Amino acid sequence: MIKKWFKTGDPWIWLNAAAVSASLIIVIGLLLLIAVQGLSHFWPKAVMQAQYMQANATESKAASIRLIGEIHNDEEVSIEQLKAIGINIKTDKETVTRLLIKTGNRDVSGADFKWMLQPYLTEKNYPEDIIVLERREWGNFYGYLKTISNNGKIIASGANAWPELEKRLLRTEALYQEIRDIEKGDIGSINYKMEKLRLAKRRLELDKEDTAENLAKLTTRRKQLDKEYAVLAKNLEDLYSQFNQGSISAETMSGKVIEIPLAKIVRAYQPNALNLFEKIVLYFQKVGEFIFDDPREANTEGGIFPAIFGTVMMVLLMSVLVTPFGVIAAVYLREYAKQGAVTRIIRIAVNNLAGVPSIVYGVFGLGFFIYFLGGNIDQLFYAEALPSPTFGTPGILWSSLTLAILTVPVVIVATEEGLSRIPRAIREGSLALGATKAETLWRTVLPMATPSMMTGMILAIARAAGEVAPLMLVGVVKLAPSLPLDMNAPFFHLERKFMHLGFHIYDVGFQSPNVEAARPLVYATAFLLIGVIVLLNLSAIYIRNRLREQYRAVES
Amino acid sequence: MSTESSKKSHGINMDALGREKRSNTLADETICITTDNLNLYYGEKRALHDINLAIPEKKVSAFIGPSGCGKSTLLRCFNRMNDLVDDCSIQGDVLIDGNNIYDKNVDVSELRRRVGMVFQKPNPFPKSIYENVAYGLRLQGIKSRRTIDEIVEKSLRGAALWDEVKDRLHDSALGLSGGQQQRVVIARAIAIEPEVLLLDEPASALDPISTLKIEELINDLKDRYTIVIVTHNMQQAARVSDYTAFMYMGEMIEFGDTDKIFTNPGKKQTEDYITGRYG
Repeated sequence: MIKKWFKTGDPWIWLNAAAVSASLIIVIGLLLLIAVQGLSHFWPKAVMQAQYMQANATESKAASIRLIGEIHNDEEVSIEQLKAIGINIKTDKETVTRLLIKTGNRDVSGADFKWMLQPYLTEKNYPEDIIVLERREWGNFYGYLKTISNNGKIIASGANAWPELEKRLLRTEALYQEIRDIEKGDIGSINYKMEKLRLAKRRLELDKEDTAENLAKLTTRRKQLDKEYAVLAKNLEDLYSQFNQGSISAETMSGKVIEIPLAKIVRAYQPNALNLFEKIVLYFQKVGEFIFDDPREANTEGGIFPAIFGTVMMVLLMSVLVTPFGVIAAVYLREYAKQGAVTRIIRIAVNNLAGVPSIVYGVFGLGFFIYFLGGNIDQLFYAEALPSPTFGTPGILWSSLTLAILTVPVVIVATEEGLSRIPRAIREGSLALGATKAETLWRTVLPMATPSMMTGMILAIARAAGEVAPLMLVGVVKLAPSLPLDMNAPFFHLERKFMHLGFHIYDVGFQSPNVEAARPLVYATAFLLIGVIVLLNLSAIYIRNRLREQYRAVES
Repeated sequence: MSTESSKKSHGINMDALGREKRSNTLADETICITTDNLNLYYGEKRALHDINLAIPEKKVSAFIGPSGCGKSTLLRCFNRMNDLVDDCSIQGDVLIDGNNIYDKNVDVSELRRRVGMVFQKPNPFPKSIYENVAYGLRLQGIKSRRTIDEIVEKSLRGAALWDEVKDRLHDSALGLSGGQQQRVVIARAIAIEPEVLLLDEPASALDPISTLKIEELINDLKDRYTIVIVTHNMQQAARVSDYTAFMYMGEMIEFGDTDKIFTNPGKKQTEDYITGRYG
């Protein structure tokens, strides 16, 4: 009976189906975990106020403190464990719940998070007038708003304070944008030009052409830039004086009143007073900030736009480099090289390249591309900038090249496969019309093989976008001061270092001073990285499918 | 043809095919392709044995014979398609218009331009009908849109396809039926005005109606081109060809007037094949 059942093949179908389901469940589960953990981080949580009866071993010195904060996490701890650290708790259960509470106010209390034992928490409530301030430094503030002052004079207090704060923050934010535009845009551009002038001068000296006439030209241009700079600096000074005028005073959970300049506040909200719609709006504001803003506070807050930009640009640059290289190699191997022992060895070597640990490529990139190639390029073309290196230091170009080498086997294998699938009849048809081999390749075979080349590129992108280890050696940094693409000629700055989502995950997750605060960001960044890779892949697949339609080969 | 010979006809009733009677014999024709002791080896294996053949100009010559007898191999010698096969070597000469095409100085692409070829399976490029026909012209560097338009139309008319496709010239050629695709391929071949047209079983992958159309087309084309056709189908050889060659095991058994081959073959082997005793 069982034998018969095996003969029908049903068990194998079930086995296969089970394997597929298991894979699907794993993938979907992972994605869900990342999405839920990452995306929930931006939801404005309610802020609790409670009394905490701090119980010491003797319980005689019990003291009650006020606690304000978001409940972040909870875990069960056993009574024994607590006893061992000197806390005696009267309960008949084996374990008690311990809550991780984000109390913020790192400038006052020294830490953002506190572990609290649930049984000691009493009088839990959610007052509507608690405010949360997201600040440019020292993390979040939780507490009560007292007064708002301008140049030291109190202009609002009590019930008027909150609407006034919202109004003033809008203005401060606008000023902040203006200041940043000037600092990053205009002044950045002037600095860039100044540096160019300095290099031009140095070049003249090196070329022994530093005649008075030439130098005078540079000096006049320099003076012009200085003048422009002076205007901007004056402008900036005015903006800063306005920017720094306002401040608020607020009460922390311990009752201490502190002064916070408006300039330091990114966003303020009263989480317990928000209705659902307002929460949704705030949520999307926060998500938007995460995607489109620069990071703050050692990457643990703010956005990750430079990392997204760096990842996408690096991957695109890599595709542009790897595709022609891989395709040309594959065409030679498949179409021109005499098939024999040598080509077989080359194929084995190419396939094995795909199995080399990626860090090895990183070391190779550092040694060959950066120190050797980059060093020589600096000697030849950027001598005026030495001893500070231009290309002889990690940068986006070298990262892309290193990853291109890492992914070139994939492109070669896919393209070769595509070339071998093109029916002989098509080649013969072209040759019979008097086309040479090269003409046949160029006009018929290669266009028909483009879908396979795209497949190779898709695989290359998927591999390269997730690669981090080699990048740490050849171009990725924790925080890049400027993007590799900006408004200063020549627009593409391939020598610049860049930020990368994969490295960002590592950096935020494991190198951060504030691990608890950073953990949700790790999920959010991972989610975004997956999103970017999926998007890159989908666009490549879309292009490939269109090509496939166009070059649908005769069935053979 | 005498009634006596038609009585003697083996297997195929030549009169029933409705062929026009001809007075010419092989000796009267101008010769286009000549092979001189042609031997061809695939590695160690000898595929063609001392082929001596003279194919007349502007006539249809058919090669018949059982599978693997070397018909297609011989045909592919005439435009040096065998060069593409790795371990293929050739001894002897093939002369087209008196020039040895295996000479060292011969430009192979130029030769293939002059000797067009149509394969067994329709092999249009995955491009539009127009681009398929224009392919050879573009290879020759013809840029003028007008010239190309004219030649494309002329070739499609020549291949009896114009009326069927004139409204969808820019659609993919792969969307056509098999018979239409084969005629696109023929149009593509005649667009570059070859002198010789080699047809390698051009109708074997097609349905009877498409086959008929291709055969009619061959009839139309023979005034302008020297046509050599390889076929499995003896009826077809008898219908379309002026001269027929019978090959067996890499050897040219007999070449002569189609009427004669099918009604009064000179060799026993030919007779056996035609009457269906083997092959």
